[in-house]
Parts: sequence; C-alpha cells; structure tokens
Amino acid sequence: MASFVSNVSTLVESGLRGPALTRRRALALRVGAVIAFVALWSGLAGLVVALRLFNPIFLPGPWLVLGSLAELAAKGQLWGHVGATLERVAIGFGTGAALGVALGLAAGYLVPVRNVVEPIVEMLRPIPPLAVLPLFIVWVGIGEPSKIGFITYATFFPIFLTTVTGVRQIDPLLLRAARSLGARGLALFTRVILPAALPDILIGLRLGVALAFFVIVISEFIGAEQGLGYLINDGRNFFLVPQMLGAAVVLGLLGYAGSELVRLLERRLTRWQHPA
Amino acid sequence: MTGGPKIQIRGVAKSFGAAGRTAPALAEVDLDVAERELVCLLGPSGCGKSTLLNIVAGFLAPSTGIVLVDGRPVTGPAPERGVVFQEYALFPWLTVTGNVEFGPLLQSRPAAERKRTVDRYLDLVGLRVHADKFPAQLSGGMKQRVAIARALANDPTVILMDEPFGALDAQTREVLQDELSHIQRVEHKTILFVTHSIREAVYLADRVVVMTSAPGRIKQVFPIKLPEVRDRFAPEFTQYESDITRVVKEEVAKVRE
Repeated sequence: MASFVSNVSTLVESGLRGPALTRRRALALRVGAVIAFVALWSGLAGLVVALRLFNPIFLPGPWLVLGSLAELAAKGQLWGHVGATLERVAIGFGTGAALGVALGLAAGYLVPVRNVVEPIVEMLRPIPPLAVLPLFIVWVGIGEPSKIGFITYATFFPIFLTTVTGVRQIDPLLLRAARSLGARGLALFTRVILPAALPDILIGLRLGVALAFFVIVISEFIGAEQGLGYLINDGRNFFLVPQMLGAAVVLGLLGYAGSELVRLLERRLTRWQHPA
Repeated sequence: MTGGPKIQIRGVAKSFGAAGRTAPALAEVDLDVAERELVCLLGPSGCGKSTLLNIVAGFLAPSTGIVLVDGRPVTGPAPERGVVFQEYALFPWLTVTGNVEFGPLLQSRPAAERKRTVDRYLDLVGLRVHADKFPAQLSGGMKQRVAIARALANDPTVILMDEPFGALDAQTREVLQDELSHIQRVEHKTILFVTHSIREAVYLADRVVVMTSAPGRIKQVFPIKLPEVRDRFAPEFTQYESDITRVVKEEVAKVRE
C-alpha cells in the first residue's frame, strides 16, 4: 500500500491514484517480466528433460538456443544472416515508406489522384501479401528483387492508408492560413501538409516496420541462401530446433528495436503535441 | 497605384447549395475601404459577414460581382491579404517564432532580416519571452497575439480579421482590443474586421458597416468620429453604441420572426 494516498499533500500533488510509478520502478517491472518469461521457459524445458515427457529436442531450453546462436556467431555466419535480413528490410521498407508517404500525400490532398489511386489500393489491400509472393517470384525470379519488392509491396499499404487519413484530417483552416501567408505548390506540402499529417504517418511507419519483419521471413523461406528466415527453414530441414528458435529470437529483437527506433523518431518529431 | 480605395467590393453576391436549390447568403454588396482605414462589418449571425470576408480573402469565389485590392481583382488567397481567424489557426508543430517566421521564410528572406521581423512583431504583441513555446503551451489570448504577429510579419497591405476575439473571455477580449488599437496606431494597416460585438466595433472602427440578416446586404454605415484613443465610457461612445444597437436590433428581430 506504499503508493496509496496517505496524506493531503500527496493527494494535492498527484490525485486519488497516488504518485505514478517512477521510471526506475517501471523499468524494473519490464526487465522482471522478461526474466520471468525466460525462467518459465527454462523451467518447462527442464521439466521435459527431468520427467521424460517427450523428446527434449522439440523444446530446447534457452541455454541451448543461446548456444546455437553463439556457435553460429563463432563460425562467423550469424552476422551474414542478420545483415542479409536487415538489408532486405531496410531497402524494402525504405522504398515502401517513400512510395506510401508520397502517394498518400498526393492522394490525401488532391481529389483526382485519390479517385484514381484509392479504388486500386482498396481492391489490392484485402489480398494477403503472402498470396502475391509466388507472383513476384514468377515475375522477377527468386533473387533479391522479389524479396525486397515483396516487403515494399506489403509495407506500402499501411503507410499509404495512414498518410491519406492524416492528410484528410488536417484542419482546413490551417490550409487557408498557410495559403493566405503565401504557401503554395511544393512549399504547401513540405511546410504544412507533411508536418500536419506526420503523427498519422509515423503510426503507419511503425505498422510498416513490424510488417516488414513479418513478411521477410516468409520470402526467405523460398530460394534464399542467407537471412534469418533461411536459418529457420534450414533448421527445419535438419531438425535443428535450437537454431530455429535462435533465429526467431533474433528476429524478435530486431523487430522490437525497429519499432522502438520509430517510436524514438516519433517522440522527437511530434514533441509539439505534448510539450514539456 | 491609383490612389483610389484600397479594397473595392463591387456587386458581390453569394449563394450556397447545388444548382436549382440555392440559398442566397449575400445579396449585392458594394463597399470601399480606404487605405489605412479600419472597417468593422457588424450584423446578426448568419448575415453573411464572414462570407464576405472569405470572398475578400480569396477563400470563396463570389457568385456575382468582383473584389479589387489595389485595383487588381482577387482570384485566390495571397500574402498581400493577411487573415486572422477566430480559431487562431496557428501551426501547432511550429514554435511561436516558427509561426511568425512562416511568411518571411516562404519569401526566402535572409535569416538576419527574419530575426529582426520576428523580434519586432513579438515585441509589439508582448510575447518575446514566449518565443520558443509551442501553441499548445499558450492561452487563447496569447495564441491570438501570435496569429496577429504572424499576419503582420508577412507585411500584407490588407488584414482581414474574422471575429478574432470571439473565442476569448470578456477581460482578455478588451485587452486585445486595446492592443489592436495600439498596433493600428503604429502600423496603419487597412483592416476589414468582422464582429458581432457593437462595443468592439465602436471601439476599433473608423467606420461600422451594419448588415441585414440573410441574405446580407449593407443596411447602414456609421462613420465613427471619435479620437484614436477611445474611452468606452465617454458619452459620445455610448451614444454610438445605442444608435447602432437600435439598427442591429431591427435585424435580429427579423431573424426571430
């Protein structure tokens, strides 16, 4: 009950719910949750071994997963795989983001562009990106272009849609103010429409980053010689469950880092929404 | 330049709605505003005074008629006609400085000149100390001061103000009226000012134009022959107030009928 309101001065300062968690306590809880998760995983894996429930190869403990990652790292292979995946994600997501934002700004602001682009996007959007991967492979082969193009295709949609929403929600008064101050053409886009729609665009970018890591794995299952998706598929072929889990853990960490990066960008760029 | 009126509104009418089912908002308005003059458009709500202002600003095209500024027809918004809105319309992602600097930046003015401009107008509205704040950190009165500084910094020949103090509380409203009156004595802009406050109109205007209820047309024009610095409690002031109130009341009564 330490955090409960116990006197008038804390009530005045922080309201009925008492003071908010300090940063350190919040961080401690977050780290604690991760440790608890790893401990639970270890416990289950240990139980499987101790009680001979099933072949422990199906559920290797975290130490085995880490071991297999360490082994890959020692052989100098891990960085190649991580690098290959990151490169595809960076190029594919970067292209998808650039296209999504540019087309989204145009479609959001210019009604004729919207009337041309939106119906096409709305028709393509319900098709799961996975369904078009084979088409990409038929069109451009199983090399890098199909993998990168696939990420671009998948990430384009959320970024395009949130950008259009962002532009359409701009207060028309701001546009009037900008025009009567002399803004027109490209300056209107760069100085008013883009910053005004930025909070929504950043939401799209965050969704896009998550989606990029989501789809890269699948395209790396097919005809790849490097990449974390390849590692998982390779692990399946040779029944190396620790390697499969290891690659998945690295993907999880990379995806997390990616969305944190966007979040950091968000906090920097939209500080004006909640100034100190 | 011709030396004629700064703003010439000639036979301007405006109807809204689709073809066949149009509602007239503004009927045949003719009005001249001289250089350095502050004209208040006054009338009951829905009389089309904001519509007229939006036509002069170039946000709306008139159904018939034409607006000339310095003898040139208005075809759209332009930096020569600055606008101050009731809802401030500040760019929330820019600081106070960024907002005031917006116009000069678009005109690619050199940094030193921009800084001088920003400092000058922030001093004029007394907001120099808040230069680095964002609009979200300002009160309504402060936001409107920034909006006025932003319009002035762009050096327009005409300023259009659409019920600029309508969203403010009574005290702040009078303070800003004082400040605008002071600014006008320093800057001498040509100002078209829309309001529904008779007191505000008498306090600020060189001429008060009373409009009829919809469709709006000019009902009566009151030249205000009072000193530049005005006393809201002087007998002449209250005389103007009651004269104009009588005329406005007729129109308000018509709306009720």
